[in-house]
Amino acid sequence: MTYAFRAYEYWLASYRRVWRGTIFSTILNPVLYLSALGVGLGKLVNRGHQLGVPYLHYVAPGILASTAMLIAAFESAWPVMGAIRWTRQFHAMLATPLRVRDVLLGHQLYALTRVGIASAIYLVVIAAFGAIHSWLAVFAFPAALLLGWSFSAPIAGLSGWLNREEGFNALFRFGVTPMFLFSGTFFPVSRLPQGIREIAYATPTWHGVDLLRGLTLGTASLLPSLGHVAYLAAWVGGGLWWARRTLTRRLVS
Amino acid sequence: MGSQAPLIHARGLVKRFGDLTAVAGIDFEVGRGESFGFLGPNGAGKSSTMRMIGCVSPRTGGELSVLGLDPDHDGPAIRARLGVVPQQDTLDMELTVRENIVIYGRYFGLSRRELKARADRLLEFVQLDERAGSRVEPLSGGMKRRLTIARALVNEPELLLLDEPTTGLDPQARHALWDRLVRLKQQGTTLVLTTHYMDEAEQLCDRLVIMDRGTIAEEGSPAELIRRLSTREVVELRFAGEPPAIEESTFNGAVARVEALPDRVLLYTDDGDALVPVAHERLHPQSVLVRRSTLEDVFLRLTGRMLVD
Ligand SMILES: Nc1ncnc2c1ncn2[C@@H]1O[C@H](COP(=O)(O)OP(=O)(O)OP(=O)(O)O)[C@@H](O)[C@H]1O
Ligand SMILES: [Mg+2]
Repeated sequence: MTYAFRAYEYWLASYRRVWRGTIFSTILNPVLYLSALGVGLGKLVNRGHQLGVPYLHYVAPGILASTAMLIAAFESAWPVMGAIRWTRQFHAMLATPLRVRDVLLGHQLYALTRVGIASAIYLVVIAAFGAIHSWLAVFAFPAALLLGWSFSAPIAGLSGWLNREEGFNALFRFGVTPMFLFSGTFFPVSRLPQGIREIAYATPTWHGVDLLRGLTLGTASLLPSLGHVAYLAAWVGGGLWWARRTLTRRLVS
Repeated sequence: MGSQAPLIHARGLVKRFGDLTAVAGIDFEVGRGESFGFLGPNGAGKSSTMRMIGCVSPRTGGELSVLGLDPDHDGPAIRARLGVVPQQDTLDMELTVRENIVIYGRYFGLSRRELKARADRLLEFVQLDERAGSRVEPLSGGMKRRLTIARALVNEPELLLLDEPTTGLDPQARHALWDRLVRLKQQGTTLVLTTHYMDEAEQLCDRLVIMDRGTIAEEGSPAELIRRLSTREVVELRFAGEPPAIEESTFNGAVARVEALPDRVLLYTDDGDALVPVAHERLHPQSVLVRRSTLEDVFLRLTGRMLVD
């Protein structure tokens, strides 16, 4: 693990050059989203009273989840391929005592750091908008990390596997963006037509959103929540296993 | 080498990528304090061999020990004591010169305080101290290469692996780099390098192997190889049109060997000057040049091809 922290330091050093810009948008984005969707769009949506809570309160954990997912997906895509091909920093690391697993974990720690910073800010903003109903919301932070990890791990695997960065366009167009829109983030999955609905239920995003929503609204019950956690953890485990394989093939051949 | 165990020992070392055999069973040993070279053309298997020594590429077959350890089992322990200058730079262009060294030193678990001192010392050594705070991106190729060498020295390695340290650099930058490497050698660092420049091999290597298509063709010191496998001098003839057919017998035993290349004919002899008038008289070349034999001639003799084409 100490080896992984050495790799993590590299990512922190390169993040240090750009963090100011990202912090600004990380604070601004939730404020904008919650104002536009929660308050603005919410005025229309709330008329139906079908959600049981104000739309702002409903959508806030969805926005948190999609942000965790997007940051994690992004950080495991281009930066990982870059460390293989462009900066070749993974090759530099592997010429030292670091091993593939250290290189992988060091980067995952960094991706989760990015997810963690954004999630913490979002939670504060969500609380400021009055959208937190329960002390259970303290668990929303680790839950957001877990959701992020369920993306960052397998996408690191994909980055090791892909031969060209064009593959990421497909990933985001046909994978991440639909999940962002249709996995219970902005409206209940039950509104989706049958067939599509089942797909939505299978996405890690839906499990993350449902978990987070239960925690911020205080409606979570133990077993389903543990189920979500187990499902997301399975993506993490499978993703790490695959990533180690693809990165080994790519870097140590 | 004496009674000391070799730093690197390879027997029947093989590397395959699918159907392609990059290294086809090679034997070599490198002793402590030695400067050892792999000389060979593109695709000879030099980098594949270096990557196996550097424990970033598992061997397909044969024996390999580095610093007395087995790369298959002790990769991290071996790499902790190696310095690696890969063929392709792995510097982070966005970070500064100094940051590149410090971050790399952290991979070895060195403290930041220690690294600050080492970075100063190393940057001075490679004459980059004035650029310590600048980003890597705008540096010249030669500077980047020197930075890579400084970085490779951050863990005070016993063994420095240099894969084509000066390829792509202009002559001045190459000489600056050679100068640093000679210094390291004098300080007792064991150097293993690959190159396809014969002058580099002659400058830097105590001993070298000539590699071609995954095998080792010959081994020895540069002078010894030249002595053993070539003549003392070479007469190069260039012709205006099609060169005439030339045989060794044309010169009554004064020429040991004739090599006809696309653009010139080489006559291998022990006394070039004596041959010049004869060559003029009998062959009417456009130009004649007498030079000493080099490793290039050795390579040509062994493989029938030139090193750099
Ligand atoms: N990772 C790899 N996957 C597949 N083939 C490879 C790989 N690395 C090297 N090869 C092949 O192995 C052979 C030897 O390559 P290697 O890089 O060892 O040669 P080299 O002597 O270093 O050449 P150069 O002077 O061009 O650097 C080449 O045919 C090369 O294409
Ligand atoms: Mg090479």
